[in-house]
Amino acid sequence: MRIRLETRVVTPAWLNFALPVFAVLATLVLCGGLIIAAGANVLEAYIALFGGAFGSRINIVETLVKAAPLVFTGLAVAVAFRAKFWNIGAEGQLLAGAMAAAYIGALEGLPVWTLVPLMILGGAMAGGLWASIPAFLKVRFRVDDVVATLMLNFVIFYGMMALLSGPWKDSLSGYPDSPDIRMDAEYPILLEATRLHLGVLLATVGAVLVWLLMTRTTLGFSIRSVGENARAAAHAGIPVKRVVFVTAVLSGGLAGLAGVGEVAGLHFQVMASLSPGYGYTGIVIAMLARLNPLGVIPAAVFFAAVATGAETMSRATGVPVYLGDVIQGASLICMLVALLFTQYRIRIRGSGVGGWGFV
Amino acid sequence: MGVRVIDILDQILTIGFFTAMLRVATPLLLATLGEMFSERAGVLNLGIEGIMLLGAMTGFCAGYFTGSLWIGIAVAAATGITFGALMGLLTVTLGLSQHVSGLGVTLLCTGLAFFGYRLIFGQPSRPPNVDAFDSTTIPVLSDIPVLGPILFDHVTVVYIAFVLVPVVAFVLYRTPWGLSLRTVGENPNAAASAGVSVAWTRYTALMISGALFGIAGAYFSLAQFNAFTFGVISGRGWVCIALVVLGRWDPWRCAFAALLFGAVDALQLRLQSSGVIDLPFQVFLLLPFLVTVVAMAFVARNARAPAALLVPYRKEER
Repeated sequence: MRIRLETRVVTPAWLNFALPVFAVLATLVLCGGLIIAAGANVLEAYIALFGGAFGSRINIVETLVKAAPLVFTGLAVAVAFRAKFWNIGAEGQLLAGAMAAAYIGALEGLPVWTLVPLMILGGAMAGGLWASIPAFLKVRFRVDDVVATLMLNFVIFYGMMALLSGPWKDSLSGYPDSPDIRMDAEYPILLEATRLHLGVLLATVGAVLVWLLMTRTTLGFSIRSVGENARAAAHAGIPVKRVVFVTAVLSGGLAGLAGVGEVAGLHFQVMASLSPGYGYTGIVIAMLARLNPLGVIPAAVFFAAVATGAETMSRATGVPVYLGDVIQGASLICMLVALLFTQYRIRIRGSGVGGWGFV
Repeated sequence: MGVRVIDILDQILTIGFFTAMLRVATPLLLATLGEMFSERAGVLNLGIEGIMLLGAMTGFCAGYFTGSLWIGIAVAAATGITFGALMGLLTVTLGLSQHVSGLGVTLLCTGLAFFGYRLIFGQPSRPPNVDAFDSTTIPVLSDIPVLGPILFDHVTVVYIAFVLVPVVAFVLYRTPWGLSLRTVGENPNAAASAGVSVAWTRYTALMISGALFGIAGAYFSLAQFNAFTFGVISGRGWVCIALVVLGRWDPWRCAFAALLFGAVDALQLRLQSSGVIDLPFQVFLLLPFLVTVVAMAFVARNARAPAALLVPYRKEER
């Protein structure tokens, strides 16, 4: 019997669903080792994690609330990576959007009904503007997008903290926080007595809109062409540089919306702990979704569940809460490995008799 | 703001500033040389930030429990080699995207560092710390006025980092292995027809880079801060990716870039504490990152990366 790898000609559709599931299962098995190292029972820990994420109505709502920014950063990365613009800067673009939203939301004198729309618009523009810097540097000066987007994450974070400890500090607070936004600027609550806010709905609508954009419009087609083969796209008359720039701005805008939601729906101000790395988690989400905007939703819910559930698990079993971070990194690697099955199939061949393939 | 240039110059033209510059540049130099190795072999190692953090954690633990800082450095190097090899498995053996693999390794290592530290130390009210390396004062040379205290009064790791520059340059440009490494990064097909194993060369380069990342990380936790904190690296790994570009993939120029960055970092530290410029301290923290982006804009256009960087190599595609 021989086992060998063969190149696939077509990728069956069911693999798109099977691969992320496979990657997640493999990750959970691997991370079981860490749970054992922490002296807990693997099954009990995972049950506690699942219960913490979905065990009650409140827990489900908390998971969905946490998923909202992750959907937006996941979309931001999915769009950018489609054009092979390596936007590792969703974290910084999120902060840009959050700062714009917190600034607009606290403005006195604006008519009440304009607040939320202006925050959304301003947040998206701020995110897009912040992403336009590395995009411009890449298109004009050939600066590596990975380096530029990463550096700018730190620039905006420290810049924000400088503002918060100086001119923008809430005079009533002892901490470096911005002043609260106006009550009328808060996202409406969708479900009585919970934290389920408009941002969760906006994230879902956003995913559908981005999916339509990527699959049904000329811009979406251009973005995918540039990502698949920039040279061929240029030959076909697509303005590659302009498409890369527009993609980056679009991606930044989506990340900015993640920040708007955190300010308008959850914290009502900006502070140091606004984003626990949502921008970086967005990379994992986008990859697990295979860069499909609709796939971003379940992937975001999964990582939101891991984040909320990890705290319950930690309290119940004593396993460090950072298991959630390990799960993120490990599932990204497992997913990458699983993606090999879209290119290759394993064929096991009996001696001389006809072969049969699987996966 | 009445900032006088003379006040800033006053901060720079001190022996303390130049000593700090070398001290701050050391871990960056180690990590930049490491990244240069892997990129010269054709692999962008974005695992740098995470491997440095994990090296800082494992190195600190080993140093803390054995009482020997050198064992800490060795354990950090071993950690780096392990994850450099993982990077090789993903990008060389499996031929996966170097960008995403590297980010995956960084996220995994970051998670492991946090998880491991919490598992070992719990949540102490005061973070445990180690006694720092004593500085090794080189006799006679350290007595030279001005230059003596700047150059010859450091912890041993600093000397090692700077001695590595000519060593790496020699290995890269004057040995057969260095030639193979460079060829693998420029033209893997040519290297393979000359009988060089592309895969093994890339693995070796990645493991060397991992070891240097780990040591650089341990320098932070063992020699600079004497404790491990979650923000111990906070972006300095990513900076080294830029330093390799600024240093045009050459060990000498990379060392120069690291020193320049060390100068910016040492300056912001001094301006922060001196109060010459009255701004929130975070403004100074963002300065090195801003300088890096601006420097990239000036240099990137003419930078020429190794030709096979980011390109996976498969034998059957020859």
